[in-house]
Amino acid sequence: MNDKILNGLLLDETTVLSLDEVCQACSSSNEWVIELVQEGVLEPRGQQQTHWQFSARCLQKAHTAMRLQRDLDINLSGIALALDLLDEIDSLKSRLLLLEQTAK
Amino acid sequence: MDYKDYYTIMGVARDAKQDEIKRAYKKLARKYHPDVNKADDAEARFKEVGEAYDVLKDPEKRAAYDQLGANWKAGQDFNPPPNWDEGYEFSGGYSDGDGADYSDFFESLFGQQFKQGQGGRQQAGFNARGQDHHAKVSIELMDAYQGATHSITLSAAELDANGQVVTKQRTLKVKIPKGVKKGQRIRLAGQGSAGMGQGGKGDLYLEIDFKAHPFYRVDGHDVYLDLPITPWEAALGASIKVPTPDGPVDMKIPAGTKGGGKMRLKGRGIPSAPPGDLYVVPQITLPAADTEEAKALYQQMEKTLAYNPRSNLGV
Repeated sequence: MNDKILNGLLLDETTVLSLDEVCQACSSSNEWVIELVQEGVLEPRGQQQTHWQFSARCLQKAHTAMRLQRDLDINLSGIALALDLLDEIDSLKSRLLLLEQTAK
Repeated sequence: MDYKDYYTIMGVARDAKQDEIKRAYKKLARKYHPDVNKADDAEARFKEVGEAYDVLKDPEKRAAYDQLGANWKAGQDFNPPPNWDEGYEFSGGYSDGDGADYSDFFESLFGQQFKQGQGGRQQAGFNARGQDHHAKVSIELMDAYQGATHSITLSAAELDANGQVVTKQRTLKVKIPKGVKKGQRIRLAGQGSAGMGQGGKGDLYLEIDFKAHPFYRVDGHDVYLDLPITPWEAALGASIKVPTPDGPVDMKIPAGTKGGGKMRLKGRGIPSAPPGDLYVVPQITLPAADTEEAKALYQQMEKTLAYNPRSNLGV
Protein backbone atom coordinates (compact mmCIF):
# COMPACT_ATOMS: atom_id res chain seq x y z
CA MET A 1 0.00 0.00 0.00
CA ASN A 2 1.17 3.46 -0.85
CA ASP A 3 1.39 5.57 2.29
CA LYS A 4 1.21 8.88 0.51
CA ILE A 5 -1.81 10.90 1.55
CA LEU A 6 -3.64 12.19 -1.49
CA ASN A 7 -4.98 15.71 -1.44
CA GLY A 8 -7.93 15.94 -3.78
CA LEU A 9 -9.78 19.00 -4.96
CA LEU A 10 -13.03 19.46 -3.05
CA LEU A 11 -15.69 20.43 -5.55
CA ASP A 12 -17.73 22.86 -3.45
CA GLU A 13 -19.53 26.20 -3.79
CA THR A 14 -16.25 28.03 -4.34
CA THR A 15 -15.20 25.83 -7.26
CA VAL A 16 -15.18 27.64 -10.58
CA LEU A 17 -14.59 25.75 -13.82
CA SER A 18 -14.20 27.09 -17.35
CA LEU A 19 -15.94 25.62 -20.39
CA ASP A 20 -12.73 23.84 -21.38
CA GLU A 21 -12.30 22.35 -17.91
CA VAL A 22 -15.85 20.98 -17.91
CA CYS A 23 -15.34 19.51 -21.39
CA GLN A 24 -12.08 17.90 -20.33
CA ALA A 25 -13.59 16.46 -17.15
CA CYS A 26 -16.42 14.95 -19.20
CA SER A 27 -14.18 13.91 -22.12
CA SER A 28 -16.76 15.63 -24.29
CA SER A 29 -16.78 18.18 -27.07
CA ASN A 30 -17.38 21.90 -26.46
CA GLU A 31 -20.54 21.65 -28.56
CA TRP A 32 -22.08 19.05 -26.24
CA VAL A 33 -21.56 21.21 -23.14
CA ILE A 34 -22.87 24.29 -24.99
CA GLU A 35 -25.99 22.32 -25.90
CA LEU A 36 -26.48 21.46 -22.22
CA VAL A 37 -26.31 25.18 -21.42
CA GLN A 38 -28.81 26.00 -24.19
CA GLU A 39 -31.13 23.33 -22.85
CA GLY A 40 -30.96 24.97 -19.40
CA VAL A 41 -29.37 21.91 -17.79
CA LEU A 42 -26.22 23.84 -16.89
CA GLU A 43 -26.43 27.45 -15.78
CA PRO A 44 -22.96 28.98 -15.82
CA ARG A 45 -22.33 32.47 -14.56
CA GLY A 46 -21.11 35.04 -17.07
CA GLN A 47 -22.70 36.33 -20.25
CA GLN A 48 -20.20 35.43 -22.92
CA GLN A 49 -19.23 31.88 -23.63
CA THR A 50 -15.54 32.67 -23.17
CA HIS A 51 -16.27 33.94 -19.66
CA TRP A 52 -18.61 31.18 -18.55
CA GLN A 53 -17.99 30.00 -15.01
CA PHE A 54 -19.36 26.59 -14.05
CA SER A 55 -19.99 25.43 -10.48
CA ALA A 56 -19.19 22.00 -9.05
CA ARG A 57 -22.90 21.25 -9.20
CA CYS A 58 -22.78 21.92 -12.97
CA LEU A 59 -19.99 19.38 -13.37
CA GLN A 60 -21.95 16.81 -11.39
CA LYS A 61 -24.99 17.42 -13.60
CA ALA A 62 -22.87 17.16 -16.75
CA HIS A 63 -21.49 13.81 -15.56
CA THR A 64 -25.00 12.50 -14.84
CA ALA A 65 -26.22 13.81 -18.21
CA MET A 66 -23.35 12.01 -19.92
CA ARG A 67 -24.19 8.69 -18.23
CA LEU A 68 -27.92 9.02 -18.95
CA GLN A 69 -27.23 9.74 -22.60
CA ARG A 70 -24.75 6.90 -22.97
CA ASP A 71 -26.65 4.25 -21.00
CA LEU A 72 -30.28 5.07 -21.71
CA ASP A 73 -30.04 6.77 -25.07
CA ILE A 74 -32.03 9.83 -23.92
CA ASN A 75 -32.01 13.08 -25.90
CA LEU A 76 -31.10 16.41 -24.29
CA SER A 77 -34.65 17.57 -23.50
CA GLY A 78 -35.30 14.20 -21.89
CA ILE A 79 -32.09 14.53 -19.88
CA ALA A 80 -33.09 18.02 -18.74
CA LEU A 81 -36.47 16.72 -17.58
CA ALA A 82 -34.92 13.67 -15.86
CA LEU A 83 -32.38 15.84 -14.00
CA ASP A 84 -35.10 18.25 -12.79
CA LEU A 85 -37.20 15.34 -11.55
CA LEU A 86 -34.20 13.66 -9.90
CA ASP A 87 -33.45 16.93 -8.05
CA GLU A 88 -37.02 17.12 -6.88
CA ILE A 89 -37.01 13.50 -5.71
CA ASP A 90 -33.77 14.15 -3.82
CA SER A 91 -35.16 17.13 -1.95
CA LEU A 92 -38.44 15.36 -1.19
CA LYS A 93 -36.54 12.33 0.10
CA SER A 94 -34.36 14.38 2.43
CA ARG A 95 -37.42 16.26 3.74
CA LEU A 96 -39.19 12.95 4.30
CA LEU A 97 -36.15 11.58 6.14
CA LEU A 98 -36.02 14.61 8.45
CA LEU A 99 -39.76 14.39 9.14
CA GLU A 100 -39.55 10.66 9.85
CA GLN A 101 -36.66 11.16 12.25
CA THR A 102 -38.44 14.00 14.04
CA ALA A 103 -41.63 11.95 14.34
CA LYS A 104 -39.77 9.14 16.11
CA MET B 1 -18.30 -20.11 -11.54
CA ASP B 2 -22.08 -19.61 -11.48
CA TYR B 3 -24.31 -20.08 -14.48
CA LYS B 4 -26.25 -16.92 -15.33
CA ASP B 5 -29.75 -17.15 -16.69
CA TYR B 6 -29.86 -14.14 -18.99
CA TYR B 7 -33.52 -14.74 -19.88
CA THR B 8 -34.62 -14.63 -16.24
CA ILE B 9 -32.50 -11.52 -15.63
CA MET B 10 -34.28 -9.81 -18.53
CA GLY B 11 -37.66 -11.26 -17.54
CA VAL B 12 -38.34 -12.65 -21.00
CA ALA B 13 -39.12 -16.13 -22.34
CA ARG B 14 -36.38 -18.14 -24.07
CA ASP B 15 -38.19 -17.73 -27.38
CA ALA B 16 -38.63 -13.95 -26.99
CA LYS B 17 -38.32 -11.94 -30.20
CA GLN B 18 -35.50 -9.43 -30.57
CA ASP B 19 -37.79 -6.38 -30.24
CA GLU B 20 -39.28 -7.85 -27.06
CA ILE B 21 -35.78 -8.23 -25.62
CA LYS B 22 -34.96 -4.66 -26.57
CA ARG B 23 -38.11 -3.36 -24.87
CA ALA B 24 -37.35 -5.36 -21.72
CA TYR B 25 -33.81 -4.02 -21.68
CA LYS B 26 -34.88 -0.38 -22.10
CA LYS B 27 -37.34 -0.71 -19.25
CA LEU B 28 -34.91 -2.42 -16.87
CA ALA B 29 -32.05 -0.06 -17.76
CA ARG B 30 -34.21 2.95 -16.87
CA LYS B 31 -35.34 1.24 -13.67
CA TYR B 32 -31.89 0.27 -12.38
CA HIS B 33 -29.73 3.09 -13.74
CA PRO B 34 -27.56 4.09 -10.75
CA ASP B 35 -28.26 7.79 -11.36
CA VAL B 36 -31.99 7.13 -11.11
CA ASN B 37 -32.19 4.30 -8.59
CA LYS B 38 -30.40 4.92 -5.29
CA ALA B 39 -30.81 1.39 -3.93
CA ASP B 40 -27.54 -0.28 -2.94
CA ASP B 41 -27.87 -3.09 -5.45
CA ALA B 42 -29.02 -0.89 -8.36
CA GLU B 43 -25.60 -0.63 -9.95
CA ALA B 44 -25.06 -4.41 -9.79
CA ARG B 45 -28.49 -5.02 -11.29
CA PHE B 46 -27.85 -2.44 -14.02
CA LYS B 47 -24.59 -4.16 -14.98
CA GLU B 48 -26.22 -7.58 -14.91
CA VAL B 49 -28.99 -6.40 -17.21
CA GLY B 50 -26.42 -4.78 -19.53
CA GLU B 51 -24.47 -8.02 -19.69
CA ALA B 52 -27.62 -10.06 -20.38
CA TYR B 53 -28.66 -7.67 -23.13
CA ASP B 54 -25.22 -7.70 -24.68
CA VAL B 55 -25.59 -11.43 -25.21
CA LEU B 56 -29.27 -11.65 -26.10
CA LYS B 57 -29.36 -8.73 -28.55
CA ASP B 58 -26.58 -10.23 -30.65
CA PRO B 59 -28.01 -13.15 -32.68
CA GLU B 60 -24.60 -14.88 -32.80
CA LYS B 61 -23.97 -14.68 -29.08
CA ARG B 62 -27.56 -15.56 -28.28
CA ALA B 63 -27.42 -18.67 -30.46
CA ALA B 64 -24.17 -19.73 -28.80
CA TYR B 65 -25.63 -19.11 -25.34
CA ASP B 66 -28.84 -20.98 -26.23
CA GLN B 67 -26.99 -24.09 -27.26
CA LEU B 68 -25.64 -24.45 -23.70
CA GLY B 69 -29.18 -25.73 -23.14
CA ALA B 70 -32.18 -24.72 -21.08
CA ASN B 71 -31.49 -27.07 -18.18
CA TRP B 72 -29.08 -24.81 -16.35
CA LYS B 73 -30.29 -23.03 -13.25
CA ALA B 74 -29.08 -19.58 -12.24
CA GLY B 75 -26.27 -19.88 -9.71
CA GLN B 76 -25.48 -23.49 -10.65
CA ASP B 77 -21.76 -24.25 -10.87
CA PHE B 78 -20.78 -23.86 -14.49
CA ASN B 79 -17.84 -24.66 -16.74
CA PRO B 80 -18.16 -24.20 -20.47
CA PRO B 81 -18.09 -27.51 -22.33
CA PRO B 82 -14.97 -27.94 -24.51
CA ASN B 83 -15.30 -26.30 -27.91
CA TRP B 84 -18.76 -25.13 -26.95
CA ASP B 85 -18.55 -22.21 -29.34
CA GLU B 86 -17.32 -24.18 -32.29
CA GLY B 87 -19.03 -23.10 -35.45
CA TYR B 88 -20.07 -19.68 -34.15
CA GLU B 89 -18.52 -16.60 -35.51
CA PHE B 90 -18.28 -13.52 -33.35
CA SER B 91 -17.88 -10.18 -34.92
CA GLY B 92 -17.95 -7.77 -32.00
CA GLY B 93 -16.84 -9.02 -28.65
CA TYR B 94 -17.89 -6.50 -26.04
CA SER B 95 -19.95 -3.88 -27.69
CA ASP B 96 -21.24 -1.19 -25.35
CA GLY B 97 -20.21 0.14 -22.03
CA ASP B 98 -17.50 -1.05 -19.77
CA GLY B 99 -17.19 -4.72 -20.63
CA ALA B 100 -14.47 -5.15 -18.05
CA ASP B 101 -17.22 -5.21 -15.41
CA TYR B 102 -18.93 -8.30 -16.80
CA SER B 103 -19.17 -11.54 -14.84
CA ASP B 104 -16.74 -14.47 -14.88
CA PHE B 105 -19.50 -16.43 -16.56
CA PHE B 106 -19.62 -14.00 -19.47
CA GLU B 107 -15.83 -13.94 -19.52
CA SER B 108 -15.61 -17.73 -19.84
CA LEU B 109 -17.99 -17.72 -22.80
CA PHE B 110 -17.02 -14.62 -24.71
CA GLY B 111 -13.71 -13.55 -23.18
CA GLN B 112 -11.53 -14.72 -26.05
CA GLN B 113 -13.40 -12.58 -28.54
CA PHE B 114 -13.07 -9.62 -26.23
CA LYS B 115 -9.31 -9.92 -26.29
CA GLN B 116 -9.29 -9.76 -30.06
CA GLY B 117 -11.59 -6.78 -30.03
CA GLN B 118 -9.33 -4.89 -27.65
CA GLY B 119 -6.22 -5.73 -29.62
CA GLY B 120 -7.75 -4.20 -32.68
CA ARG B 121 -8.51 -1.00 -30.86
CA GLN B 122 -5.03 -0.46 -29.48
CA GLN B 123 -3.46 0.60 -32.70
CA ALA B 124 -0.24 2.59 -32.83
CA GLY B 125 -0.90 6.28 -32.78
CA PHE B 126 -4.28 5.96 -31.08
CA ASN B 127 -4.60 8.27 -28.08
CA ALA B 128 -7.45 8.45 -25.60
CA ARG B 129 -7.74 9.80 -22.09
CA GLY B 130 -8.29 7.10 -19.47
CA GLN B 131 -11.73 6.60 -17.96
CA ASP B 132 -12.80 8.50 -14.86
CA HIS B 133 -13.73 6.38 -11.86
CA HIS B 134 -16.49 7.17 -9.40
CA ALA B 135 -16.74 5.86 -5.85
CA LYS B 136 -18.62 6.66 -2.66
CA VAL B 137 -16.95 7.23 0.68
CA SER B 138 -18.89 7.13 3.97
CA ILE B 139 -17.48 9.35 6.69
CA GLU B 140 -18.42 10.20 10.26
CA LEU B 141 -20.04 13.57 10.91
CA MET B 142 -17.02 14.45 13.09
CA ASP B 143 -14.77 14.10 10.03
CA ALA B 144 -16.66 16.96 8.38
CA TYR B 145 -16.07 19.13 11.47
CA GLN B 146 -12.40 18.36 11.91
CA GLY B 147 -11.14 16.97 8.61
CA ALA B 148 -9.70 13.45 8.44
CA THR B 149 -7.63 11.01 6.46
CA HIS B 150 -9.47 8.01 5.06
CA SER B 151 -8.14 4.78 3.62
CA ILE B 152 -10.23 3.71 0.67
CA THR B 153 -9.97 0.34 -1.03
CA LEU B 154 -11.13 0.25 -4.60
CA SER B 155 -11.31 -2.67 -6.94
CA ALA B 156 -11.25 -2.08 -10.65
CA ALA B 157 -11.04 -4.38 -13.63
CA GLU B 158 -7.90 -3.91 -15.70
CA LEU B 159 -6.27 -5.60 -18.64
CA ASP B 160 -2.98 -7.29 -17.79
CA ALA B 161 -0.03 -7.70 -20.16
CA ASN B 162 -1.69 -10.69 -21.86
CA GLY B 163 -4.92 -8.83 -22.41
CA GLN B 164 -6.74 -10.82 -19.69
CA VAL B 165 -9.22 -8.99 -17.52
CA VAL B 166 -8.07 -9.07 -13.89
CA THR B 167 -9.57 -7.41 -10.83
CA LYS B 168 -7.01 -5.31 -9.05
CA GLN B 169 -7.41 -3.88 -5.59
CA ARG B 170 -5.67 -0.77 -4.48
CA THR B 171 -5.79 1.23 -1.29
CA LEU B 172 -5.55 4.99 -1.30
CA LYS B 173 -5.15 7.35 1.62
CA VAL B 174 -7.23 10.41 0.95
CA LYS B 175 -7.50 13.63 2.88
CA ILE B 176 -11.10 14.58 3.68
CA PRO B 177 -11.12 18.36 4.06
CA LYS B 178 -12.97 20.08 6.89
CA GLY B 179 -16.42 21.37 5.90
CA VAL B 180 -17.45 18.70 3.38
CA LYS B 181 -21.15 18.08 2.86
CA LYS B 182 -23.16 15.06 1.81
CA GLY B 183 -23.16 14.66 -1.96
CA GLN B 184 -20.08 16.81 -2.54
CA ARG B 185 -17.30 15.26 -4.53
CA ILE B 186 -13.54 15.22 -4.22
CA ARG B 187 -11.61 14.98 -7.45
CA LEU B 188 -8.31 13.11 -7.38
CA ALA B 189 -6.57 13.96 -10.61
CA GLY B 190 -4.85 11.07 -12.39
CA GLN B 191 -6.29 8.33 -10.12
CA GLY B 192 -8.62 6.91 -12.77
CA SER B 193 -7.81 4.42 -15.53
CA ALA B 194 -4.67 4.68 -17.58
CA GLY B 195 -5.13 6.24 -20.99
CA MET B 196 -4.12 4.80 -24.34
CA GLY B 197 -1.11 6.04 -26.25
CA GLN B 198 -0.41 9.64 -25.29
CA GLY B 199 -3.77 10.05 -23.53
CA GLY B 200 -3.49 11.04 -19.87
CA LYS B 201 -4.94 9.11 -16.94
CA GLY B 202 -8.56 9.61 -15.95
CA ASP B 203 -9.61 11.09 -12.60
CA LEU B 204 -11.16 9.54 -9.52
CA TYR B 205 -14.27 11.19 -8.07
CA LEU B 206 -15.17 10.40 -4.48
CA GLU B 207 -18.70 11.25 -3.41
CA ILE B 208 -19.16 12.06 0.27
CA ASP B 209 -21.83 10.30 2.28
CA PHE B 210 -22.34 10.47 6.05
CA LYS B 211 -22.73 7.45 8.30
CA ALA B 212 -25.85 7.70 10.45
CA HIS B 213 -25.11 9.33 13.84
CA PRO B 214 -26.91 8.21 17.03
CA PHE B 215 -28.25 11.72 17.78
CA TYR B 216 -27.26 14.25 15.12
CA ARG B 217 -29.08 14.50 11.79
CA VAL B 218 -27.59 16.27 8.82
CA ASP B 219 -29.42 18.35 6.21
CA GLY B 220 -27.07 20.04 3.76
CA HIS B 221 -24.68 22.01 5.97
CA ASP B 222 -27.15 22.22 8.86
CA VAL B 223 -27.20 19.76 11.72
CA TYR B 224 -30.23 18.87 13.88
CA LEU B 225 -30.26 17.62 17.44
CA ASP B 226 -33.27 16.43 19.47
CA LEU B 227 -32.63 17.74 22.98
CA PRO B 228 -34.56 16.30 25.93
CA ILE B 229 -35.53 18.96 28.47
CA THR B 230 -37.51 18.89 31.72
CA PRO B 231 -40.98 20.47 32.10
CA TRP B 232 -39.58 23.06 34.56
CA GLU B 233 -36.74 23.99 32.19
CA ALA B 234 -39.34 24.49 29.45
CA ALA B 235 -41.74 26.41 31.68
CA LEU B 236 -39.32 28.56 33.65
CA GLY B 237 -36.43 28.87 31.22
CA ALA B 238 -32.93 27.66 31.98
CA SER B 239 -29.35 27.69 30.88
CA ILE B 240 -28.34 24.17 29.91
CA LYS B 241 -25.42 22.29 28.37
CA VAL B 242 -25.95 21.20 24.79
CA PRO B 243 -23.62 18.76 22.99
CA THR B 244 -22.37 19.85 19.58
CA PRO B 245 -19.96 17.96 17.31
CA ASP B 246 -17.40 20.63 18.31
CA GLY B 247 -17.90 20.02 22.02
CA PRO B 248 -20.56 21.11 24.55
CA VAL B 249 -21.87 24.69 24.63
CA ASP B 250 -24.19 26.55 27.02
CA MET B 251 -27.60 27.48 25.68
CA LYS B 252 -30.43 29.56 27.13
CA ILE B 253 -33.87 28.01 26.99
CA PRO B 254 -36.46 30.80 27.15
CA ALA B 255 -39.35 30.52 29.61
CA GLY B 256 -42.45 29.01 27.98
CA THR B 257 -40.52 26.88 25.45
CA LYS B 258 -42.73 24.42 23.61
CA GLY B 259 -41.57 21.00 22.44
CA GLY B 260 -40.95 20.43 18.74
CA GLY B 261 -39.92 23.98 17.79
CA LYS B 262 -36.34 24.62 16.80
CA MET B 263 -33.68 26.84 18.28
CA ARG B 264 -30.73 27.90 16.18
CA LEU B 265 -27.10 27.89 17.22
CA LYS B 266 -25.70 30.02 14.43
CA GLY B 267 -22.56 28.77 12.72
CA ARG B 268 -22.39 25.54 14.74
CA GLY B 269 -23.32 23.34 11.77
CA ILE B 270 -20.82 21.90 9.30
CA PRO B 271 -17.92 24.38 8.95
CA SER B 272 -18.30 24.84 5.20
CA ALA B 273 -18.05 28.25 3.58
CA PRO B 274 -20.42 29.72 4.75
CA PRO B 275 -20.81 27.51 7.86
CA GLY B 276 -24.11 25.79 8.56
CA ASP B 277 -26.21 26.11 11.71
CA LEU B 278 -27.03 23.67 14.48
CA TYR B 279 -30.75 23.39 15.21
CA VAL B 280 -31.76 22.20 18.63
CA VAL B 281 -35.24 20.66 18.74
CA PRO B 282 -36.42 20.58 22.39
CA GLN B 283 -38.32 17.47 23.46
CA ILE B 284 -40.08 17.87 26.78
CA THR B 285 -39.78 14.68 28.85
CA LEU B 286 -41.73 13.82 31.97
CA PRO B 287 -40.20 12.42 35.13
CA ALA B 288 -41.83 9.16 36.21
CA ALA B 289 -44.36 9.29 39.06
CA ASP B 290 -42.74 6.29 40.72
CA THR B 291 -42.40 7.50 44.31
CA GLU B 292 -44.93 8.87 46.81
CA GLU B 293 -43.20 12.25 46.69
CA ALA B 294 -43.33 12.42 42.90
CA LYS B 295 -46.99 11.44 42.90
CA ALA B 296 -47.73 14.15 45.45
CA LEU B 297 -46.03 16.74 43.24
CA TYR B 298 -48.11 15.74 40.20
CA GLN B 299 -51.28 15.79 42.31
CA GLN B 300 -50.41 19.23 43.58
CA MET B 301 -49.95 20.47 39.99
CA GLU B 302 -53.30 18.98 39.05
CA LYS B 303 -55.00 20.86 41.87
CA THR B 304 -53.14 24.14 41.56
CA LEU B 305 -52.76 24.64 37.79
CA ALA B 306 -56.23 23.77 36.44
CA TYR B 307 -54.66 23.15 33.08
CA ASN B 308 -56.70 21.75 30.19
CA PRO B 309 -54.52 21.09 27.13
CA ARG B 310 -57.64 19.98 25.18
CA SER B 311 -59.67 23.17 25.57
CA ASN B 312 -59.32 24.05 21.89
CA LEU B 313 -60.71 20.61 20.98
CA GLY B 314 -63.98 21.56 22.66
CA VAL B 315 -63.75 19.05 25.52
